[in-house]
Amino acid sequence: MNKIGNYLDFHAQALQLRSRRNEILASNIANSATPHFKARDLNFENEIQRHVKQGPLQTTDDRHFPTNIHPLREQMLYRQPINPSFDGNTVELGVEQMEFSENVVRYQTTLEFLNKRINGLMSAIKGE
Amino acid sequence: MAEIKNVFDIAGRSMAAQMVRLNTVASNLANAGAVTGDRDSAYRALKPVFETKFADELKRTGVSTVDATHVEQVTREPERVHMPHHPEADEDGYVFRAAVDENEEMVEMLEASRQYQNNVEVVSTLRSLMMRTISMGK
Repeated sequence: MNKIGNYLDFHAQALQLRSRRNEILASNIANSATPHFKARDLNFENEIQRHVKQGPLQTTDDRHFPTNIHPLREQMLYRQPINPSFDGNTVELGVEQMEFSENVVRYQTTLEFLNKRINGLMSAIKGE
Repeated sequence: MAEIKNVFDIAGRSMAAQMVRLNTVASNLANAGAVTGDRDSAYRALKPVFETKFADELKRTGVSTVDATHVEQVTREPERVHMPHHPEADEDGYVFRAAVDENEEMVEMLEASRQYQNNVEVVSTLRSLMMRTISMGK
């Protein structure tokens, strides 16, 4: 990967993971009334560690196809409910909404980091 | 069934399911207290059956939404009330009151509308995040 790509890579990965987690939490909230639904989530810290360590496949020859696909999927876990309900649904709206709003704030933070880095590069390129 | 690709599919289909639920509540409340002359034709409350739809067969991505697959009648029996002067009354003077619990329906309505709102909230939050992401680096 090139230098600019490397410079932005960590936050790009984090942004993708945050966006994946947003979709999972949205799924949980969507299923808050479905009997026997089990709420899912991923452990962001573990996943970002793994993404950064593994990264995309290395290519050693010009004829190899570069890929941005990560070899392993995120490890999906199940949420442990605080107050389990009788219908077997483990979605607790309060918990999911808090996780969701925290994740949204962290997404915005990552986006802000990316913006700052891009703006830094832009001003370096323009030399103003 | 259509693919589940993004948050608009997730929340949109969940909102549609909650809407089915609200419509059954409206039908039930509209028919609450209605009486008929025989047990079989008496109204019985309708309930939607919710089922999780996963984005992938193996359920590995954690992305899923919900569909109201069908609507069922409750098994509760209509109430037999003695009303000999009612025009619909049978030969013993009894009519059958619709099997609807108004309190249950009101709770159902509040819960369905809360969950509908939650989905709207999720979509509007993520939509504004997407708009900010599009304007990245400007």
